[in-house]
Amino acid sequence: MHDNVFDRYRPGDSILHRLDPPLKVVVTVAFIISNVLLPDAAWLAFGLSWLLILASSQMAGLGIGYTTRRSVVALPFALAAITAIFSVPGNALADWHIGATPLTVTDAGLLRFASIMLRAWLSVQGAILLVATTRFPDLIHALEHLRLPKLLVTIIAFLYRYLFVLTDEVLRMLRARMARSAAMPGQQSGGSLLWRAKVTGNMVGQLFLRSYERSDRIYNAMLARGYTGQIRTLNPHVMKGRDWLFATLAAAAFTLLQIIGRM
Amino acid sequence: MLYTPAPMHIPDGFLSMLVSAVCWALTVIILAVALSQANKTFNERQIPLMGVMAAFIFAAQMINFPVAGGTSGHLLGGALAAILLGPWAGMLVMMAVIAVQGLLFQDGGLLAMGANILNMGLLAVTVAYGLYRTVLNRPRGLKLAVAGIAAWLSVMTGALATALQIWLSGNAKLEIILPAMLGIHALIGLGEALITVAALAFIFKTRPDLLEGGETVRGGRGWIVTGLLITLAVVLLAPLASANPDGLEHVAINMGFHTTGQAAPYEFLPDYTIPFLGATPLSTILAGALGVLMVLALAFLIGRLVLKKP
Repeated sequence: MHDNVFDRYRPGDSILHRLDPPLKVVVTVAFIISNVLLPDAAWLAFGLSWLLILASSQMAGLGIGYTTRRSVVALPFALAAITAIFSVPGNALADWHIGATPLTVTDAGLLRFASIMLRAWLSVQGAILLVATTRFPDLIHALEHLRLPKLLVTIIAFLYRYLFVLTDEVLRMLRARMARSAAMPGQQSGGSLLWRAKVTGNMVGQLFLRSYERSDRIYNAMLARGYTGQIRTLNPHVMKGRDWLFATLAAAAFTLLQIIGRM
Repeated sequence: MLYTPAPMHIPDGFLSMLVSAVCWALTVIILAVALSQANKTFNERQIPLMGVMAAFIFAAQMINFPVAGGTSGHLLGGALAAILLGPWAGMLVMMAVIAVQGLLFQDGGLLAMGANILNMGLLAVTVAYGLYRTVLNRPRGLKLAVAGIAAWLSVMTGALATALQIWLSGNAKLEIILPAMLGIHALIGLGEALITVAALAFIFKTRPDLLEGGETVRGGRGWIVTGLLITLAVVLLAPLASANPDGLEHVAINMGFHTTGQAAPYEFLPDYTIPFLGATPLSTILAGALGVLMVLALAFLIGRLVLKKP
């Protein structure tokens, strides 16, 4: 398997691609904070935030609709926000009773729900844009520049490095299970639910042992290559003039959004 | 595709700024302790081990097992990480898993990542290890049974914390989101318990040295106390809160959270007389305790069955 199965990075040479990775992380988080801070029903500000995303997506050479197309990942969680419709006091629009619990749909509740969904939707697009324009190793390195403890960064870097290797292992195991679970059409293969859970558990245990033994080999190989606990990179990550310009523009844009949202 | 999001990763936008910040602060503090502990006790060899173990938890979440009607369950891994690696390393590994899920797959937000790491990583590992720590030198059947309960509780703890955080952000009604989250995750937790127990049984059979090699005790008795306290919180608080949400609401307003939903100025002790001794909460607590006992019995049976078969 190749790493592009997981990687959301779109190669390119746009302004956004060339920005300093730590700066991109900071700006993305600032964008998400800006979304969270916008008051309910600040439609104009929400719309402008989306325009920012669309413009950046276009600027990064991803095509204007790229982030929007990929933004459905947060949707399943919408179910958790549905209760907001009933929980915010306001003018009642409809009334139900489930058991003893009264459920009152309020206008403020509906606005809250729509706003939560918009905030989540915009924020996820910001994160998608970050990952699409930044190589994941650069992103990990950016975390180090943002003063994340070295051990944490190293664990994340190892996770990313061996994710593909272990995924291959998983795929082989799944293929083996499928090959041994022949079934007549319309009939279920395998035993009871417990039996299936046990097979799955055995696979997880097997995967653990293989991973454990692999980590031993990795450590020996690392020692052989002169590992001293430090992972090196050729990217210096220095803020240049255009990075400062971008940071200023972003800060101004987010401040403006907050002002518009509160008018 | 290969990657199926678990229904517990909170996206950005669902938590208020205050709740996100408090969760991040808690996460950073706990991780700082975990790091200092790790630096004290770990040697160089454990760095690649933890990295590969993080990849292992990530990859193990892809191994699904078909349940019924096209749905399938898979592992979340908090309890397994805690039992296999010990509490501090387990926390660091779960942090890496959740961070990569948020960064690479946008499963869970960035601002909400503090809460996600807290719920699925730190709390889950703490409760699971705290329970497992009580049976370290006991027979395997008992160990497996407790591991099963620990796995179930780790999922329930995460679900409870998630529900509370969304509610504290003023974005959900407690009496709806709490039973909904806990109800769904009671089932997900069963799958988690089954897979965790089966995986541990397999490792007991093939490489017992990894789990029992001299039985290195990682961490003191404080884990037991913390784990049991969280367990009590899940077993007692959850039913109490769903039966009597106003009590919690009151606490939240006093603490300065939940400023959004305060339309009615809250009276002290409104309709119900003594909030903690009413007939309904008591009965739900009993139901909760009974449920835990049933899970215990079930997990014990599974442990016996799995071990008996060659």
